[in-house]
Amino acid sequence: MREFLTGNYAAAYGVKLSRVEVVSAYPITPQTSVIEKISEFVEKGELKAKLIRVESEHSAMAAVIGAAFSGARAYTATSAQGLLYMYEMIWWAAGSRLPVVAGIVTRAIAPPWSIWTDHSDFMTLRDAGWAMLFASSAQEVLDMTIQAFKLAKELMLPVAVGWDAFITSHTAEPVEVPPQEQVDYFLGEKKKSPAAVDFENPFAHGALAFPKDYPKFREDIHRTLKAAGEVYSNIERRYYEATGRERYGLVEEVFCEDADAVMFIMGAAAGDAIHAAGELRRKGLHVGVARIRSIRPFPRNEVEKIARRASKVIVFDRSYSLGFGGVLATEVRSVLHEEGVDTPVISVTGGLGGSDLSPEYFEKIFLKGLGV
Amino acid sequence: MVELPVARPSVGAAGKTGNWRLFKPSIDYRKCIKCLLCWMYCPDGVISLSGKGLPVIDYEYCKGCGICAEECPVKAIEMVKEVEG
Amino acid sequence: MSLLEQFPREEYLLKGNAACAGCGPALALRYVLKALGPRTVLVIPASCSSIIAGAYPKSAFKVPVYHIAFAASAATASGLVEGLEAQGIEANVVVWAGDGGTVDIGLQGLSGAAERNHNVTYICYDNEAYMNTGIQRSGATPYGAWTTTTPLGNKGRKKDLPFIMAAHNIPYVATASPAFPKDLVNKVAKAQKIRGFKYIHILAPCPTGWRYDPRLTVKIARLAVMTGFWPLLEIEHGRLRLNNPSTNLLDPARRRPLKEYLELQGRYRHLSEEDLKVLQRQIDEQWARIKAMLRVQEELEDQVEQGQGERQR
Repeated sequence: MREFLTGNYAAAYGVKLSRVEVVSAYPITPQTSVIEKISEFVEKGELKAKLIRVESEHSAMAAVIGAAFSGARAYTATSAQGLLYMYEMIWWAAGSRLPVVAGIVTRAIAPPWSIWTDHSDFMTLRDAGWAMLFASSAQEVLDMTIQAFKLAKELMLPVAVGWDAFITSHTAEPVEVPPQEQVDYFLGEKKKSPAAVDFENPFAHGALAFPKDYPKFREDIHRTLKAAGEVYSNIERRYYEATGRERYGLVEEVFCEDADAVMFIMGAAAGDAIHAAGELRRKGLHVGVARIRSIRPFPRNEVEKIARRASKVIVFDRSYSLGFGGVLATEVRSVLHEEGVDTPVISVTGGLGGSDLSPEYFEKIFLKGLGV
Repeated sequence: MVELPVARPSVGAAGKTGNWRLFKPSIDYRKCIKCLLCWMYCPDGVISLSGKGLPVIDYEYCKGCGICAEECPVKAIEMVKEVEG
Repeated sequence: MSLLEQFPREEYLLKGNAACAGCGPALALRYVLKALGPRTVLVIPASCSSIIAGAYPKSAFKVPVYHIAFAASAATASGLVEGLEAQGIEANVVVWAGDGGTVDIGLQGLSGAAERNHNVTYICYDNEAYMNTGIQRSGATPYGAWTTTTPLGNKGRKKDLPFIMAAHNIPYVATASPAFPKDLVNKVAKAQKIRGFKYIHILAPCPTGWRYDPRLTVKIARLAVMTGFWPLLEIEHGRLRLNNPSTNLLDPARRRPLKEYLELQGRYRHLSEEDLKVLQRQIDEQWARIKAMLRVQEELEDQVEQGQGERQR
């Protein structure tokens, strides 16, 4: 069924189709319409979920953690300050190996106040043990939200699905909404997680661990996330088999095969970059765009392969590691160094706090990258 | 297999806590009136009841706090200094 | 009812745990778990009980436990109980939190969970300071008490959480003491029969932090009640009621001298006569307030009854 949906409504449809049992959230612009739509589904009886209207984001994440510990399928969504406020609980969800799913409608961090997009909030999840997917269209928000529940279950780790404030969150576009049976088939029977409460064989979850025991839990999360690329690819394949929706992989490649300069980019701005690349190709310049769809697992193999073919790599970041540089660029450089790829990497950071990005802007970056 | 930080119910989760003791409660069963107050007020649950309803202390885990001696209404429990051994 | 009927022999707080000798919270928890039974899941924020539990891979609790961050217990319990209900699983969802996790860092989450009226029992074991980190002052530390962050005695006044919780109009609020185990067990059992958010506040003496011989835990807990420092009461569906032996303590003459309670504890050793008067005054005010509340409550009930009678005519 084709619906005209914003990214936020698409997320709510994804939650409904995934038959989520507990939703807990606190309102923040631009996330609000995700939760408003879910509230509507719940109050109309279209989604049989418990909706916990908490008094803070810290509690929102704590509540979905509690719900996941009960064995229920749980969802929350937030942005910027909200994500920072729940940060302590973000780590708790991962450390507990609980399959929480969170929508992150990316927004710049204050001060100064800004409600517009950049990826600084999303990138703070990088070290916390979460799988991190990023959508660039309403359709992708819906598909990724459903996929996230399966990924969370298989990894026994929380999964974040990010999308840009307003550009994706509030712009309506035609979205193919899969029928309920297809999603039911894809997600399969709910099985009891070994991390969930057990009254017959009780255990204490998260007790003190001495130095001899602590490292193995972190190492296991690290190993799991590092190897999660294949898990996600399989999930995407099964989703394709169930619904017929497109498959992109961890990185969507556009004009990359023969490109001299390739730009790595994440989120809605990839659309402008692709437009720019198209324009330049018409002028005979060989440029391509590699749209990153997953930060954790980091698409090491894809990045290496794409960069090896190119003579120049441009990494466009919509966030800073302040005092160091672009986050994505740092990770791309690290992979290339480890794999012995010596393609030069140019790091460009822009679009902070919703500042305007356009095809012309990206054309200039490409030209600079090509040294034209 | 996922490494889960889950801990299972066990007696002695902090080891043989009887080793912490400086004074040892000693029950004079001739005085005991089986009121069970020592059993009730023991924070460590180390006092069990024999078939005859008499309190029996598990010295492997008794930390020697002395609440039982303090609360015994007939002073049937005495705290005796542990001898080094 | 015989003692053994009321206090099952089954121990759910297992021996050999890491509680200090003579730990008041451990004693209270032992009663609480006997009252709750095995179909119970505890949510425990950072507190002494995170340590009492022992270390991985062993747990001193015979019931399921979820250890959670300091400020998060009430919200975690909210999600846990709603998740269980969504799946049709019945169980007692109980928060077991210290005073710091309750009256300070956890208060916002607690207030939210209470206002939403989840079917949760929240129990605060109050040892009147951050004992687990080494006896630092909390919002529950009484006036005058020494702690490592109030070396000259606390200038603040103990936050009155039971009444703050009552102001949330939750169905059940109670105070309790490990020196009165029957009362404590009755209150925990009663709370399980009431649907909605229940709050129980237990004053639980700490030999380490209060600076006394561990054998005196029960004696000191008893004196806290008998001197009127810690009234035993419950507020059921908004109706305040004193419980024995506090019922008799509305009359100041029936209260034991406060000094008897204070002089056993090293944390009050430096207390001046002036400080003692301040603390005594706070206690007298507390009782005057309770007395006034009971009176107003009766008047209101009379008025409501009269109004109903008049409407019927």
